Amino acid sequence: MSQERPAPITVTEAAARQIAALLERRGKPSAGIRIGVRSKGCSGLSYSLEYADELSGLDEVVQQHGVTVLIDPKAGMFIFGTEMDYVEDKLQGGFVFRNPNEKGRCGCGESFHV
Amino acid sequence: MSNLLQIHEPGMTPAPHEQEAGAAVGIDLGTTNSVVAIALDGAAEVLTDAAGHTLLPSVVAYGEDGGVEVGHAARAALASRPDQVISSVKRLMGRGADEVKRLAGTLPHALAPASAGGMLRLQVGARAISPVEVSAEILTALRQRAEAALQGRAVSRAVITVPAYFDDAARTATKDAARLAGLEVLRLVNEPTAAALAYGLDHGAEGLYAVYDLGGGTFDVSLLTMEKGVFQVLATGGDAALGGDDIDHAVAERFLAERALQGESAVSSGAAKQALLAARAAKEYLSDHETGDWTLEIDGRASRHSLSRAQLEELARPLVGRSLAICRAVIDEAGLTPEAIRGVVLVGGSTRMPLVRAGVAALFGRPPLSDINPDEVVAVGAARQAEALTVGSDTLLLDVTPLSLGLETMGGIVEKVIPRNTPIPVALAQEFTTYQDGQTAMAIHVLQGEREMVDQCRSLARFELRGIPPMTAGAARIRVGFCVDADGLLTVSAQETTTGTLQQVAVKPSYGLSEEEMAAILQASMLHAREDMETRLHAEAVVEARRAALAVRAALAADGDLLSPSERRTIDQALAGLDEACATGGREAVSDAAQALDAASQSFAERRMDRGIRQALAGQAVERLSGALGLAE
Repeated sequence: MSQERPAPITVTEAAARQIAALLERRGKPSAGIRIGVRSKGCSGLSYSLEYADELSGLDEVVQQHGVTVLIDPKAGMFIFGTEMDYVEDKLQGGFVFRNPNEKGRCGCGESFHV
Repeated sequence: MSNLLQIHEPGMTPAPHEQEAGAAVGIDLGTTNSVVAIALDGAAEVLTDAAGHTLLPSVVAYGEDGGVEVGHAARAALASRPDQVISSVKRLMGRGADEVKRLAGTLPHALAPASAGGMLRLQVGARAISPVEVSAEILTALRQRAEAALQGRAVSRAVITVPAYFDDAARTATKDAARLAGLEVLRLVNEPTAAALAYGLDHGAEGLYAVYDLGGGTFDVSLLTMEKGVFQVLATGGDAALGGDDIDHAVAERFLAERALQGESAVSSGAAKQALLAARAAKEYLSDHETGDWTLEIDGRASRHSLSRAQLEELARPLVGRSLAICRAVIDEAGLTPEAIRGVVLVGGSTRMPLVRAGVAALFGRPPLSDINPDEVVAVGAARQAEALTVGSDTLLLDVTPLSLGLETMGGIVEKVIPRNTPIPVALAQEFTTYQDGQTAMAIHVLQGEREMVDQCRSLARFELRGIPPMTAGAARIRVGFCVDADGLLTVSAQETTTGTLQQVAVKPSYGLSEEEMAAILQASMLHAREDMETRLHAEAVVEARRAALAVRAALAADGDLLSPSERRTIDQALAGLDEACATGGREAVSDAAQALDAASQSFAERRMDRGIRQALAGQAVERLSGALGLAE
C-alpha cells in the first residue's frame, strides 16, 4: 500500500513560534525537536517530545515556519497526519497533538491507542 | 481531555503518570548510619539534609509527647534519655521474640514482654514499638530528606539495600518498614552487590569480585560472581563486633593512659567520651597526614597527646589483621584463592585508613577500588539500580531483557509477551485460544526480537502442546507463561486450563548474541518500522477474515437450508471475494471484503440464532421455562 506522502505532520504557527523560543532559551546548539512514540502508558502509547542534539539519519525531517521537527522512524506510522499545535489556558501552556490515527485515549489524556 | 505536552531534554521525557509515581531513590539502610541517593541519567548524587550531612544516624528518639526525632538529634538525645532512644535496630529486623531473648542482656534496649513466638517489640517509655516501625521512621526521614532535596518532588519508590546474609524474615520486615514509610520497594539489593554496581562492575569482565566492608561496628566480606551483568553472592563472612569503633577505643585508651602519666588519672564516663571523640578525630586526620597533636580537656584540665600514623597503625594492626584473616577464611571455604578475584571494592568509612587499603591490596594482590566515598558507595549503587529499574537505561544491560520475547500467532505474526528493557526477574502470562473447531494441539514458537513478523525475529525454541480437548474454535483456554529469572533464563510454559495439560521449555535468550548483534536487531526494527507495522496489520486482517470465512462455511454446512438460492449465492460470492482478497489484496481490500461478507451473512446469522433458540426451547413446559428464566409469576 504505497502512496505519495505529504509531510507526515503539520506544525501550526503558534507551535513553531513556541518551539523557536524554547530552542533559543535552551542555550545549546540543537538540531531541532524530536517527536517519538513510546509504548508506555495506560492506553497503549504515549508521545515523547524532546530536544534533539543532532540528526540521527533515520528521522523523518519536517520543516515548517522556520523550525525543524524530527520524527522518530518508529513514531511515523502512528502520528501520520497529525497537527501539532501550541495552546495556552489559564494555568499552563503546552503542545497538543491532533492525531487522526488516535482511536482512543486514556482518561488522563497521557496516552492513546491507534 | 487533551493533555498539554512540554519539550524535554533528550531521554528525559517522563513516562505517563511518572510525576504521580514519584521519583525513585536508592537507600542504604545501615546499622549505624543510613544514606539516600538518586541517579539521574546515570550520574548518582547523594542527597544531604539542610545542614549538608550525607549520613543520617540510624537512631530514633521517642519523646514523652509522642514526637519522634530521627538522626543527629536522636543521637544527641542518647546521652540524656537513653531509654527513649533506639539505635542499631537493623540487628533486630525479622527476629522473633524467642530468638532475641537470648541477646536480651546485650542489647541497648529493653524488650517489651511478648507472648512466646509473638512479635518482638521494644519497650520505649510506656510504648511497645516493633523494629519495623523504628525502621519505618528512619526510612520516612530519608524520604523527606530526598523530597526536600528534589525541591518537593514526591519520592515514592526505592531500591533498598540489605546485608547479603539477611534471611527472608529480615527482608520481609525491611519491605514492611518501607511500606509504612510510604515507599514502594522496587527491589531489595544485597549491599555488596550495590557496591559493585556503583563501580559499574556489571559492565566489566565476568568473574569473581570481593567486597570488603569495614563499618563503624561491623565487618563483612562478600564474594560475588558476575555473569552477563548479573551478580550472585557466592559466600559471605564477617564479624558483627569488629569495626572502626574498636580502633577508636584503642586510641582512646592510649590517650587516657598518657593522661594518667601526666597526672590526670580521673576516668569518668565523660572523660571516656571526650577521649573517644579525640581518638576518632586523630584516626581520621592520620588517614591524610603523617602526624598530629590533640588536646584532651576534661573538667578544665588539659593534657596534650601526639600520635603518628605509624603509632596509630600499630594500634589498629591486630584489628585489621582479624578482618583480613576472615577474608582468607571465606575465600578458602569457597575453595578459591585470592588470585582468582578480579576486583575488590571497599565499603565503610573505616576503609579510608591507608593501613586497611594496604592490607587489602596485599591480600588480593591488586589495589582495591576506592574512588567512590566508601560511606556512600552502597547508596550510589542502589540509586543506579533504582534508575535502571524505573527509567530503564541503555547503558545498564543489567537485569533487563535486552530484546522483546514473544510467540508466533496465526499468520506468522509475533505477539510480544515480554517487551524489551523489562526488569528481570519477571513472569508474564497471556491467554491464547484455538483457531479451528476440534483443534487438539498447538505449536508454541518462542521468538526474540523487535520486528513484527516471525521470519524477521530470532527463533529461540519450539514445542507443541498436545492433549487439548476438542472444542469449538476459541473455546479452549491456553495459558502461556513467560518467566525470566534473575539469571536471564527464560522458561516458557503452556497449559490448557481445563485439563491442566502442561508443557514447558527453558532457554537462555542471550546465548550466542553479542552486543553488536543486539544493536543491529534494534537498528533493523527501526529501519523497517513502517513496513513491518503495515505487514503486521495486513497479516492480522487476513487472519481475522479467514476466521470469519471459516465460521460462515461451517454455518452454511449446518443450516444452509435457511437460505433461498439467491441469498446463498450472495454469501458465496462474498466468500469468494474474501478468498480472493486474502490471497492477493492489500489490507484495505481484505477488510472491505470481510465487511462485505459480514453484511451479506447478517440476516443468515439472525435466522440461525432464532432457530437455535427455538430448538432450545422446544418441548419445554412453560412453567419450567419461566422458572429457569427467573420470571415472576
